Amino acid sequence: MKIQRTIKYEGELDRSLLTYLFSLPEGEHIKRCIQCGTCSGVCPLSIYMDFTPRKLVALVREGFSQEVLSSFTIWLCSSCYSCTVSCPQQIPITEIMYALKRKAIEEGAYPRRFPVPVLAREFYRMVFKNGRNSEALLVLRLILKTSLLKALSYMPLGLKLLRSGRFSLKKERISRPSGVRKLLKAAREVKP
Amino acid sequence: MRFAYYPGCSLKGTGKAYEKSTLAVFKALGLELIEIPEWNCCGATAYMAVDELASEVLSFRNLVLAQRMGLQRVVAPCSACYLNLLKARKAFLSNDPKRERLCSALKRAGWEYDCSALPEVLHPLQVFTEIVGLEKIKERIRRPLKGLKIVPYYGCQLVRPYDGYDDPIYPVKMDLLLELTGAEIISDYPLKTRCCGASLTGTIEEAGVRLNELLITEAKRRGGNVMSTLCALCQFNLEMYQGKMKVNHKMPVLYFTQILGLALGLGEKELGMEHLLYRPSLEV
Ligand code: SF4
Ligand code: SF4
Repeated sequence: MKIQRTIKYEGELDRSLLTYLFSLPEGEHIKRCIQCGTCSGVCPLSIYMDFTPRKLVALVREGFSQEVLSSFTIWLCSSCYSCTVSCPQQIPITEIMYALKRKAIEEGAYPRRFPVPVLAREFYRMVFKNGRNSEALLVLRLILKTSLLKALSYMPLGLKLLRSGRFSLKKERISRPSGVRKLLKAAREVKP
Repeated sequence: MRFAYYPGCSLKGTGKAYEKSTLAVFKALGLELIEIPEWNCCGATAYMAVDELASEVLSFRNLVLAQRMGLQRVVAPCSACYLNLLKARKAFLSNDPKRERLCSALKRAGWEYDCSALPEVLHPLQVFTEIVGLEKIKERIRRPLKGLKIVPYYGCQLVRPYDGYDDPIYPVKMDLLLELTGAEIISDYPLKTRCCGASLTGTIEEAGVRLNELLITEAKRRGGNVMSTLCALCQFNLEMYQGKMKVNHKMPVLYFTQILGLALGLGEKELGMEHLLYRPSLEV
């Protein structure tokens, strides 16, 4: 067993992530959190999270930026907005989760070979290239980029889709995807 | 009445029965859906996780294309698409700095559009309940669905985060619509807006399957013999992962447009019933 210090000293805290969240619309509402735990209670995924949503908010506020960015929590969030509509302090928790995902990808802080961020990036690329997403091809890319072993577990699903006439390997594409690409590039360039 | 139709990627793939049944029901109600030419993917939740502005321009492009068709309303049957289109529209009509960045991105890419009239975004459920109206639909019911005990399941992104159309936690509009079909409606289903896990079924299967197992088991426990969905992803998750659950209840999971279509007297083929894994049993 490796003995590790389990608390942080004031000087080691880093509130840069909090400052970043303040820049979101209504991001400053995060200051109002009363740690009531409503968000964690309604969150359907909190039982799988390393930090529940309530805890995550507390950690961000105190300056545990690295812990938050590399957490599984943000990738388990399915964007169901249950927390957002239930928070008594109107904290836009789902948007905060999205913002943290973006930051984690930007800084490469997400857990390696973890399928959720890999899927997000593959999805991004596919739409950038073709303007549309082809479901089966996306899953194939996900398997290639994460674990080939998992491919086997997708077999029964593939067969079911095949049987019900819902499986297609056709590449969905708009006729001039360059227009979409141009727009996406422009979006990248106007970043503040 | 004419609407621009935004199918989204799923309705062209695994959710093709949703497309078939939506088109068939609209036609039967005398409404015209015209597919937006060259529409692009809405970015789903993935784009928001990578780049927010990119996510908004993607949806904005679709709204502008609909505007160019001269139509004031866009219909999006998939809840994720619906929310993305709605968000882009809201970002554009808001005063926060997002709007400025959105406009300058569009300008930089050479896009022209009319700022004053961005089309409204609607889900088919809204079209049926708000625009056509329940009374009108009631008159058109040809085949009462005796024997069905329907559990209406709404999922997340149609009712959240923006309320106004229906309650974000305990909505009723689909219950009211399906009541017209003569089937029994299980309205006290407490998980009607609990998440199906979205793409987690494909990425963290254990968590995704578990969420759907809760939904199916509770639907069964309440006496339901068919679930009604209004999102391509919810239907996919609920139906396709039953084989991975501890008990496979073989619960039929239909799109609400299929159920409505059956009651309107439309044919099984038109409604894409052959794409279902588990069929409901209808008394004749
Ligand atoms: S529900 Fe809102 S106020 Fe309560 S702990 Fe969660 S974020 Fe804080
Ligand atoms: S939006 Fe994310 S954090 Fe909030 S309740 Fe849903 S899964 Fe949990």
